Amino acid sequence: MTGLGRSAEPVADVLIVGAGVVGTAIAKTLARYDLDCVIADAGNDVGTGTTKANTAILHTGFDAVPGSLESTLVRRGAELLRNYAQQAGIPLERTGALLVAWSADQHADLAGIEDKARRNGYMATRYVPADELYAREPHLGSGALGALEIPDESIICPWTTPLAYATEAVQGGVRLRLRTRVVGVTAAGGWHEVRTDNGTLRCRWLVNAAGLESDRIDAMLGGSGFTIQPRRGELIVFDKLARSLVSSILLPVPTPQTKGVLVAPTVYGNVLLGPTAQDIPDRGDTATTEAGLSSLLGAGRQIMPDLVREEVTATYAGLRAATEHRDYQIRVDAGRRYACAGGIRSTGLTASLGIAEYVVKQLADAGLALRERHGSRPAPPVMPYIGQAGQRPYQDSARIAADPAYGDIVCHCERVTRGEIRDALASPLPPADLDGLRRRTRATNGRCQGFFCAARVTSLMGAPGPAPAGTSPPDTGPADGAIGNGDGRVQA
Amino acid sequence: MNVDVLIAGAGPAGLAAAIELRKLGVGDVLVVDREQEAGGIPRHCAHTGYGLRDLHRLMSGPAYARHYRLAASAAGITLRAGTTLTGWPVAGGELAADASATRSQQADEIAATLTSQSGIENVRARAVLLATGCRERPRSARLVPGSRPAGVMTTGELQQRVYLHGQRLTGRALIVGAEHVSFSAMLTLMHAGAEVTALVTDQPRHQSFAAFRLGAQLRWRVPVWTRTSVTWIAGRDEISAVMLRDERHGGVRTVPCELVVFTGDWVPDHELARLAGAELDPGTRGPAVDTALSTSVPGMFAAGNLIHAAETADVAALSGRHAAAQVAAYLAARSSGVSAQQAAVAGQAGGRDVRVPVMVAEPLLWISPNGVSPVSPAPPAGQFVLRSGTFAGRARLEVRQDGRLLKSARARLVPGRSIRLDGRWTRHVDPAGGPVQVAAL
Repeated sequence: MTGLGRSAEPVADVLIVGAGVVGTAIAKTLARYDLDCVIADAGNDVGTGTTKANTAILHTGFDAVPGSLESTLVRRGAELLRNYAQQAGIPLERTGALLVAWSADQHADLAGIEDKARRNGYMATRYVPADELYAREPHLGSGALGALEIPDESIICPWTTPLAYATEAVQGGVRLRLRTRVVGVTAAGGWHEVRTDNGTLRCRWLVNAAGLESDRIDAMLGGSGFTIQPRRGELIVFDKLARSLVSSILLPVPTPQTKGVLVAPTVYGNVLLGPTAQDIPDRGDTATTEAGLSSLLGAGRQIMPDLVREEVTATYAGLRAATEHRDYQIRVDAGRRYACAGGIRSTGLTASLGIAEYVVKQLADAGLALRERHGSRPAPPVMPYIGQAGQRPYQDSARIAADPAYGDIVCHCERVTRGEIRDALASPLPPADLDGLRRRTRATNGRCQGFFCAARVTSLMGAPGPAPAGTSPPDTGPADGAIGNGDGRVQA
Repeated sequence: MNVDVLIAGAGPAGLAAAIELRKLGVGDVLVVDREQEAGGIPRHCAHTGYGLRDLHRLMSGPAYARHYRLAASAAGITLRAGTTLTGWPVAGGELAADASATRSQQADEIAATLTSQSGIENVRARAVLLATGCRERPRSARLVPGSRPAGVMTTGELQQRVYLHGQRLTGRALIVGAEHVSFSAMLTLMHAGAEVTALVTDQPRHQSFAAFRLGAQLRWRVPVWTRTSVTWIAGRDEISAVMLRDERHGGVRTVPCELVVFTGDWVPDHELARLAGAELDPGTRGPAVDTALSTSVPGMFAAGNLIHAAETADVAALSGRHAAAQVAAYLAARSSGVSAQQAAVAGQAGGRDVRVPVMVAEPLLWISPNGVSPVSPAPPAGQFVLRSGTFAGRARLEVRQDGRLLKSARARLVPGRSIRLDGRWTRHVDPAGGPVQVAAL
């Protein structure tokens, strides 16, 4: 299809820019109404920006800024997502968190943090003295003085979540346009003329959920309220054999200088150590650094020395869409028929359904006609389960008996079967590349990182090799960062 | 299903052990392998050099793997490929995730869960041999920073892509490491259509045979850049360049390439051993074994590159044969009414563990086997295997217990290469004494 062909497209009711966890949540929420919706993203998949690389925690919001929109939407979002995860089969474990004090100052801060939690409407915190703390977390490094327990902090799969939202949206009639980067927006009578590097789109209402690019989209719509300051967080993923070392999320006491480094189990059965926090200029720079990784190992040696002795399975970095403001940048401009859901910092996964509910309500108030669709309402899809706590296909005798492909383990470290890979490739939102398959199945994500299985996995995908002739430009030089530079990456 | 011996892993160690067990008259031997075809790593090593010590002839890896598959089948072994040992169930069917769970089960048999296309099945074995081999540490475990483009792999992945799946790889490749396997990766890359820019190693020189190094330089014009570390990998979807640091003066340069192959830096695939509750040796990171290759779990043995990552296939096969004799002796003792604890004689006396650990000091990294007891046999092939972290042309190895010198020998130390130590000193070990210390001077 050509750009020319697309310019003749009909005018959509709503265009959502950004198919991250916020954009797809909004799309899924709008899908129940009688609307023509399009969701566009620069990436080749949903959730390829901030959404895919974070600490994968479902927050309670106990430490939010009291009275902020973020505080409200995190609480509401967590409630909605907890329920949705159960319906859609999104891996979720209520591990609870322990906010550990390592110094007298930090210990003294716990009371204030508990008070803040109450002001955020979270009442279930409890002080845990040192002896109980070490009984619960025997591998914790020495020197902890006590902790604040936040029993509802949970871990969740950050990959299945946006895939479930997007699948529900697409099944509800929303059109998903990937590899489509917005380069300019002009007002044209009753609609927005949205130029992209993949044709022109038209829409009556535009929703900006563009994550790291949300300020630039906002500027195209005449806003100038905020600037994204990408904050990079590097993380280390430890081997599954380390999972028994830790039972709760171990949070640091934040200081004025830093939010600190946490240790958290993952729903895949690994243990995370991170993140760092570094303001960087390049919105696409998700590289790990020697200094970052070594600082994490240093912190890890204090928090849990046994953890650092285990093998490292993966390292990665994600970018938080931080701004100069302390709160989300969400507002609806009725005159411009424009909604901005930008500056969603590090709580977007938790708050996603809360944000979607709030934005859709604001859109309705601003004049977007919301009429329930006739017939059945779209239901949450049942996603392939890729967590560790529940039953995976290789453990399911009945399933293997019905279809032997679920007994053919291809990725040995993560025990991903040929049946699951086949299903992912045939799903409503098939992966565009190996990274996409990883997020859908965990294949090649384990301790060997493909030593044993990558050759077979890529063969099953039908790919000729790991480096097919591509056209992406190198990123060795300083990225120019301009929208529309065609690097096909981080947005949303 | 009940078997006499269950072997996890049908590589050289597992298959050689199975064949030997049948020769020794053991009835039911079941070998499982999670790959679709038995044979282990040699299946995808196209070069020659296999079979020297165990079969007394030279052949290619795939031919060697085929030889063992045929021999196993001729010996009447039940060989199940595409079958994964997914756990150690205890009574009640739950997977054992820690040591206590496995140990609390009936010690006279070990239960294992097998998963394949035919379903999930529990087997009970009188003895288990772990021969799960080893793998190379991937880029992430080596903490090499930068972005995460495609085109970064290990030799194992590279060889399977090229030799098992017929994939072509093009572009410029950089090989990290300069040991035997690194030169093998070089040949595989060239066969696949790639152009090898260089081998880089942070060591002061290469660690392979002089002939390989000369061949690379003269015939293929591939240089070896020594004292050089990979400090950055750049590129979004594909690799664009790699940044290298010269450790002599700290200078940094950027080398454009499309493929990076991380070679060597072997780590045992110890998941099953750990889930079974077997103690690990801190040096090898495989299960701790005495010279009978018995682990800390009664009735569970380990052989091959799981206990010495990575030796050549023939050494792994000899280790498997050695384990087979010990497993057969264990089963014979069990049949005569001795308890599992006592039958695991090498490490046990009257239920009390009198295994004396054998430890190494820097620059040595590990020794295998790493335990000795008064009644334990000679180690496989009569030798201990060691690894050093540094080069030394003429080092002296000293074996001491509580200061008492048990053995002294000359050795040439090359990182990543085998150092062999004659094992006859074990009879001088005092079972009531402290750990045996092996040092390189």
